[in-house]
Amino acid sequence: MAELCGIELAHPVINASGTYDAIAARRVFGDALLEDFPFSAFVSKTITEEPRAGNAPRRIWETPSGMLNSIGLPNKGLAGFLAEDLPLLAELPVPLIVSAMASSREGFARLVEAVAAREEVAAIELNVSCPNVHSGLIVGEQPTETEALLRALRPLTAKPLIVKLTPNVADSAAVALAAEEGGADAVSLINTLKGGAIDPGSGEPALAAGHGGLSGPAVRPVALHQVRAVRAAVGVPLVGMGGIRCGADAAEFLAAGAAVVAVGTESFRDPRAGARVAAELEKARIRGVAA
Amino acid sequence: MTPAPFGRRLCEVAGNRVSGGYRVFSLLDREGPEPRAGQFYMLAAATGWEGEGGRPFLPRAISVAEAAPAADGVRLDFLVEGIGPGTERLCGLEAGEGAWVTGPLGNGFASPREVSPGAAGAILVGGGIGVAPLALLRRRLAGRGVPLRVLLGYRDEAHSGGRELFCGAGGDLCPEVRLAFEDGHAGHRGYVTDLLATMLAGDDAASAVVYSCGPPAMLDAVRRICLEAGAPSRLALESPMACGFGACFGCAVPRADGGYLRLCVDGPVLDGAAVAEVAYG
Repeated sequence: MAELCGIELAHPVINASGTYDAIAARRVFGDALLEDFPFSAFVSKTITEEPRAGNAPRRIWETPSGMLNSIGLPNKGLAGFLAEDLPLLAELPVPLIVSAMASSREGFARLVEAVAAREEVAAIELNVSCPNVHSGLIVGEQPTETEALLRALRPLTAKPLIVKLTPNVADSAAVALAAEEGGADAVSLINTLKGGAIDPGSGEPALAAGHGGLSGPAVRPVALHQVRAVRAAVGVPLVGMGGIRCGADAAEFLAAGAAVVAVGTESFRDPRAGARVAAELEKARIRGVAA
Repeated sequence: MTPAPFGRRLCEVAGNRVSGGYRVFSLLDREGPEPRAGQFYMLAAATGWEGEGGRPFLPRAISVAEAAPAADGVRLDFLVEGIGPGTERLCGLEAGEGAWVTGPLGNGFASPREVSPGAAGAILVGGGIGVAPLALLRRRLAGRGVPLRVLLGYRDEAHSGGRELFCGAGGDLCPEVRLAFEDGHAGHRGYVTDLLATMLAGDDAASAVVYSCGPPAMLDAVRRICLEAGAPSRLALESPMACGFGACFGCAVPRADGGYLRLCVDGPVLDGAAVAEVAYG
């Protein structure tokens, strides 16, 4: 058993936002997905107020022990999500956490109010790796922006607000502290690391967007360090993620101070990776107790 | 359609042989259903994946070239050309080794009558490594008595694998198969799409459904030729793909009416009229 902001979880492994489409996976794998759901809570792909088509291809590029992506947050928008996706996500056998992003505090507020009002939703994760259209600053890169956003959103709901931290800052602990002071119930980290690759065939950037976000085991040491640094700075629970592939990797994040871990890229290689990581963690725990 | 078993499973490599510059390797799948022609699997070697230099890392999407019931499962054949760390490792799989398998995935080809109720038959157009899914399609359609013709195009002899998948019991190419080689050393000298354009200009082909798989430039030519001739086309596309089950959103293909499709769950077989352009993703 595990727990996150008062939400009881059957085990400490959830998914990283944007790395699992439970609705598509159910179409592919059938109801076996529900009978043996790999995660103890499900975090949706990030939604925005308006629908987004996403970035032009090419969107992904394999790198040593990882991958780059520049997907561009394709989603149906708030209305489409509430009408089409939420009823299907509500059929999952685990608590639902909805990830949301906007380019202004007002936009975030509209998303949080609309999503938090739905009883199917257990918590909201705020994707703050986006520019504020008013200041032009990436919210999650600025402690002051992050704290102001949380102060604006906190009064809107009693449901847990989780802030997804970007690792592309000099001091993620300062941003985490600002989120906590603004009223966040938890922080999750890390989002992808900014990265790029050159297509050796063309000599041009491999991704159409020119750069992307790096994920996979290649980022794990960076993620582990940031989880430890943030743990030392804040009191709220942490969702730790970054290149977790097996129970031993997850155990490192728990040892670094995460309350819960998330599996992302590994699910691409193994659709049941979440359940496997949870089982391996449990085995290690029993062995640890026995020793 | 029977859903794919949930998760990846370890399958044993049953064999691996040379095929005209490519390789054909076989897996024994003890759990999955028989695939439809045009479906694909996400494949990774059980060992030597994420090897020196950390690549290959992601599984590779490979369409199934042949599938047959075997003792205790289904034998799956895959036609692969080694063009990078992933396909090279798959080409090197030896009998007795293990491979991680997820699938069958994607929609596969619909039969001509499902595509167009009055269809007179099928024209299969394959290029290079893209002949693979048409081999299983040809056998399935022939088994149902659907009239069909097959056009296979290759660059040269060194890139001409998979032809034996279109042979009859005697080992000769089936009579409905015609070849085109860009270097002209055999068959039609030029592109396989030349043969298609000529065929569609004839009255007898007007109501045929065209099925195609091959390199992007060839597929786009097939798409345009079919649009001009008014013939429905079903194109099996390829795209970079991390997961194969709709999770990564990496395999975006532009739609003719705007926006993007996810090739893994909306394809890989797409209606040529619904695709904006077949380009390198």
